[in-house]
Amino acid sequence: MLLALPVLWYIVFKYVPMYGVQIAFRNYNPADGITKSPWAGLQYFKQFFQSYYCVDVIRNTITLSVFSLIFSFPVPIILALYINEIKNSKFKKAIQNITYMPHFLSVVVVVSMITIFSNKDYGLFNRIIGLFGAEPFDFMASAKAFQPLYIFSGVWQDMGFSAIIYIAALSSVDPQLYEAASIDGATRMQRILHISIPSIMGTILILFIMRIGNIMSVGFEKVLLMQNSLNLSSSEVISTFIYKYGIQNGEFSYSTAVGLFNSVINLILLATANHFSKKATNTSLW
Amino acid sequence: MCKRIKFFMKSEKTFDRIIIIIGLVVMIVIMVPVLFVLAASFSDPEYVLNGEVLLWPKGLTIEAYKRVFENEKIWRGYLNTIIYTILGTTISLTLTILAAYPLSRKRLKGRNVIMLGIIFTMYFSGGMIPEYLLVRDLGMYNSMWALLIPAAISTYNLIVAKTFFENSIPEEVYESASIDGCGNIRTLFSIVLPLSKAIIAVLILYYAVALWNSYYSALIYLRDEMKAPLQIILRNILLIGQTEQMGTNDVGMAEKIKLAESIKYAVIVVSSIPMLVIYPFVQKHFVKGVMVGAIKG
Repeated sequence: MLLALPVLWYIVFKYVPMYGVQIAFRNYNPADGITKSPWAGLQYFKQFFQSYYCVDVIRNTITLSVFSLIFSFPVPIILALYINEIKNSKFKKAIQNITYMPHFLSVVVVVSMITIFSNKDYGLFNRIIGLFGAEPFDFMASAKAFQPLYIFSGVWQDMGFSAIIYIAALSSVDPQLYEAASIDGATRMQRILHISIPSIMGTILILFIMRIGNIMSVGFEKVLLMQNSLNLSSSEVISTFIYKYGIQNGEFSYSTAVGLFNSVINLILLATANHFSKKATNTSLW
Repeated sequence: MCKRIKFFMKSEKTFDRIIIIIGLVVMIVIMVPVLFVLAASFSDPEYVLNGEVLLWPKGLTIEAYKRVFENEKIWRGYLNTIIYTILGTTISLTLTILAAYPLSRKRLKGRNVIMLGIIFTMYFSGGMIPEYLLVRDLGMYNSMWALLIPAAISTYNLIVAKTFFENSIPEEVYESASIDGCGNIRTLFSIVLPLSKAIIAVLILYYAVALWNSYYSALIYLRDEMKAPLQIILRNILLIGQTEQMGTNDVGMAEKIKLAESIKYAVIVVSSIPMLVIYPFVQKHFVKGVMVGAIKG
């Protein structure tokens, strides 16, 4: 009975928009409403796939996401393994506190910091590479630098916070396993490889599967803030594209079609990843 | 045998030393950008622009902060964000608990079906546009409610809360409550809630931080600058360069530009302080909450 209100919320705010997704297949006219707008079939999908920017946008989204995954997925795991090995509890706490901290900065703040640091004349990045004798470089103006900037700032911000889950999982491993291993003569590295990692494999896989399900929906907020006319060729991703065409230009049907394409691919990837994980290791989301 | 143990002990020690070195490097990498911003906010802009400031202020001045505190827009943004955060967290907390509690009771009919329906929304949604259209059709456009209601429940948080209830409140408690004649609502208020302080703390934290730092909803749904939250104001100042309104009419052009720079740093510090101050007090609750929710969920 108590559930009524939240369930209503879910229906209204999650399922009703799903119903609205059909405007991807219609020529939506706000005056006519959803059901009265003329049916357009796959017209908008065709329009997208035939457009000159289609390949770029999809490519940007996928490469950004995949590289993000490759670089930012393992780091929290390694960090957690590392923290788990620290003996001095004060040092351990200090590292944890310090690494969590950037997570609490807003995305606006972090992107502003990136912009400031990228400044050609006095930015921190250029000062550092200057120490190695390199020429100053305007990072924000370069399409090539966009992905590394995006990814590494993401790692910087979230590695501590994302490590919490793994740290928690690691702390529930029976210490006797470690003791038995060291009695048998295993070195630290061996203990990490053969005890720590397998114990959190389940957690790692689940989080990985969930991450794959998000491959095509690169975080819109940060990309939008980091975009500028100079790096657009590598910074335009599907979500910012939908924002521009849909909300700024009002081409509702078109952008919804693109959005639907995005969601469906995500679902397929998610189901596939889940399926393989089930087959291989028995861990899965459902 | 003795040699083996000695080698073993030594490699343990080297390992530990390496650990400390890595730790220090990590700490430096994380802290340097933050310390730089802090130092730059207290420095004379001349030194900052010349690249002379690194970790410590040079030409100590609080001019930038003075300008920030004099700025009306920033105060209004601050006020708006405080209101939105408090209101939004309350709404989210209420809805989440209202959903998590019944769903944690095994004897609820249709429980699995409802859970499935809820989890499905984590992976598939109507998309940006249908949601936008819905908010508009409901008349919430350009109003505070567009920021608080569409994002009120985070399914992830709901699962964490539900798992917490399932694992921390034994069935016996419910049984004795119903023997004493407690209906559902009373059970919730008098028994479950007092036992759930940890998870309430976690929920408040997750939601409050998310609300404080959010700018996406405001960007899409708000047109009126008077209603803009702090993050939007920040974005305007920091990324679009709207520093002209910072009341710098009494200085020349070159001075203006320099001042604009240091104002950026001060503004970053001022807007992040609340969240950064809260987090140390709260981090043990975070860890507990994540442990409960993520491992089981």
